[in-house]
Amino acid sequence: MSSVPGNMAEGRGFYRALVFRRQAILVGIVAALFLSTCADLALGPARYSLGEVFAALFTPDAVDVQARVILWEIRMPVALMALTVGASLAVAGAQMQTILSNPLASPFTLGISAGASFGAALALAFGVVLVPAAVDYVIPINAFVMAMLTSFLIHTLSMRRGVTIETIVLLGIAMVFVFNSLMALIQFFADQQAVSAVVFWTMGSLTKATWTKLWISTGVLALVLPLLARHGWALTAMRLGDAKAESMGVNPKALRLEVLVLVSVLAAIAVCFVGTIGFIGLVGPHVARILVGEDQRFFLPGAALCGALLLSVGSVLSKMILPGTIIPIGIVTSLVGIPFFLYLILNKKSSTW
Amino acid sequence: MVGLQLDRLTARYGSEEILREVTTPRFPGGQVVGLLGPNAAGKSTLFRRIFGLLKGGGAVCVDGAESSRPIVYMPQDTGANAALTVYESVLLARMQGRRLKVSDEDLDRVDATLAELGISEIAKRELGNLSGGQRQMVGAAQALVQQPEILLLDEPTAALDLNRQIGFLALLKRIARDRGMLILVALHDLGHALRFTDQAMLLQSGRLVDCGPTASVITSDTLWRVYGVKARIEPCSRGVPQLIVEMPD
Ligand SMILES: Nc1ncnc2c1ncn2[C@@H]1O[C@H](COP(=O)(O)OP(=O)(O)OP(=O)(O)O)[C@@H](O)[C@H]1O
Ligand SMILES: [Mg+2]
Repeated sequence: MSSVPGNMAEGRGFYRALVFRRQAILVGIVAALFLSTCADLALGPARYSLGEVFAALFTPDAVDVQARVILWEIRMPVALMALTVGASLAVAGAQMQTILSNPLASPFTLGISAGASFGAALALAFGVVLVPAAVDYVIPINAFVMAMLTSFLIHTLSMRRGVTIETIVLLGIAMVFVFNSLMALIQFFADQQAVSAVVFWTMGSLTKATWTKLWISTGVLALVLPLLARHGWALTAMRLGDAKAESMGVNPKALRLEVLVLVSVLAAIAVCFVGTIGFIGLVGPHVARILVGEDQRFFLPGAALCGALLLSVGSVLSKMILPGTIIPIGIVTSLVGIPFFLYLILNKKSSTW
Repeated sequence: MVGLQLDRLTARYGSEEILREVTTPRFPGGQVVGLLGPNAAGKSTLFRRIFGLLKGGGAVCVDGAESSRPIVYMPQDTGANAALTVYESVLLARMQGRRLKVSDEDLDRVDATLAELGISEIAKRELGNLSGGQRQMVGAAQALVQQPEILLLDEPTAALDLNRQIGFLALLKRIARDRGMLILVALHDLGHALRFTDQAMLLQSGRLVDCGPTASVITSDTLWRVYGVKARIEPCSRGVPQLIVEMPD
């Protein structure tokens, strides 16, 4: 508006530029995501050029049947699963960090991943089925049920009087240790073959992806994202502390519970299909925070996109490191991602926590 | 114009009664009312009770308000860090309960508020890099940007330098007058209270000891009874009442 004197309009000019820069960064990540997904599709036992991938993507009828089947039926669900799972884990981590005011909060540190592993291990080692289901889904459902039970337990405990947000994080870490011991116990009693199955599951792998699993996890993500976005301003205010948020009309307790439920489902769905990929849920949000700040209008999509990109790049690298072998994605993301993460947090200019 | 009256207000934390039947006359808009009292007297608690963060007995009677949420509250400094610039953190306070889309009018309000408080130049800084006083000014901006009719400020000058304290309190007085706003401000500096507030409420152990025009509340007698401090109130050469404290032996 022209009625504003020059010195006052300056703040707004700065803000507009800030918003523009953030939008540009988000668009940039989307572009990077597209490239990384194409690379993910191109790589594998049979290699395709990017040109062939584009052709199969945009004019599927023009490429030969074999390429079409490999790209669309085999690799596409895996490549897209990387995006969905990465986005889900990072969004879950971002909101856990936000509502718990803790940079260490993530699906992994709150015990959700560990719970999922335990559920999966019960099925893999002893054939324990928590909810009867089709063979293909016994393990994911076991994992999902245990993950949700874990977060339910944390919710219940956190509603007791006098439980602070620090206590919630400590409860989560206690859960991780409990499940780690239980996992060790299972591995101690299970036979050799079962043990390797359990170990492989906990390493995390995208190769279990199918179109159905992809649709389920994408559907949940698509449901949860708008529910979180609805609380955009309130969630941003949570980062100023409960007292400040309350003074702005936010009800921190109610918001914390609602968001914890939403992101628990999100994380549990992601983890139950692909196994433990601990790193993304912790680091995705931190990368997004450094790139686009913590205004949820940018932070939420930013975290989703960063998580998706990290996992997609991880998937590409997992096929490139040892040609002919797909290294479990959980290992790759941690090994490759941690130096990158350290670089980021050691070089950032401002104190965020 | 807006008005606020407290009627037998009580509040408790657990079984401990913190506010005991605080009743005041009606404070009209356009005034600055000082909330005074020693540490732990219940000043912050009273604000939280008025704002509705604490439940309890009695009633907070607001009349003549134009908006549905006339009361805005600025808590004692919280010192949280976040990857947000000052500008964003002030905008955030205005946008609560609104759509995700930011309008020109919203940006106008933020710019005007920052300019009014004289902190336009730190708009681009991140919250984590601010000094204590700057944080406090940002807190005030977050409250003012919400365009309150009744404003509750909890020790807004505690971290400010002398110049800023005076500038800020004078600004409050001006804003109250110009906008017909009622401002309740918790203060520890009784000299400032004498100079900048129209009325004062004096709290002690959750009870309202006295309430009325500031000069009638802050007297040698109440200072001794409530604070245990020997002091005189005397007009300076320009006739402004000054607080003169006698050193304890
Ligand atoms: N969350 C709480 N739980 C229990 N007791 C509390 C809580 N907050 C405050 N109190 C108690 O209530 C009493 C009044 O505290 P309050 O914060 O209102 O004092 P105050 O007048 O604002 O003091 P100050 O000048 O130090 O800010 C104190 O005895 C304090 O210990
Ligand atoms: Mg206080």
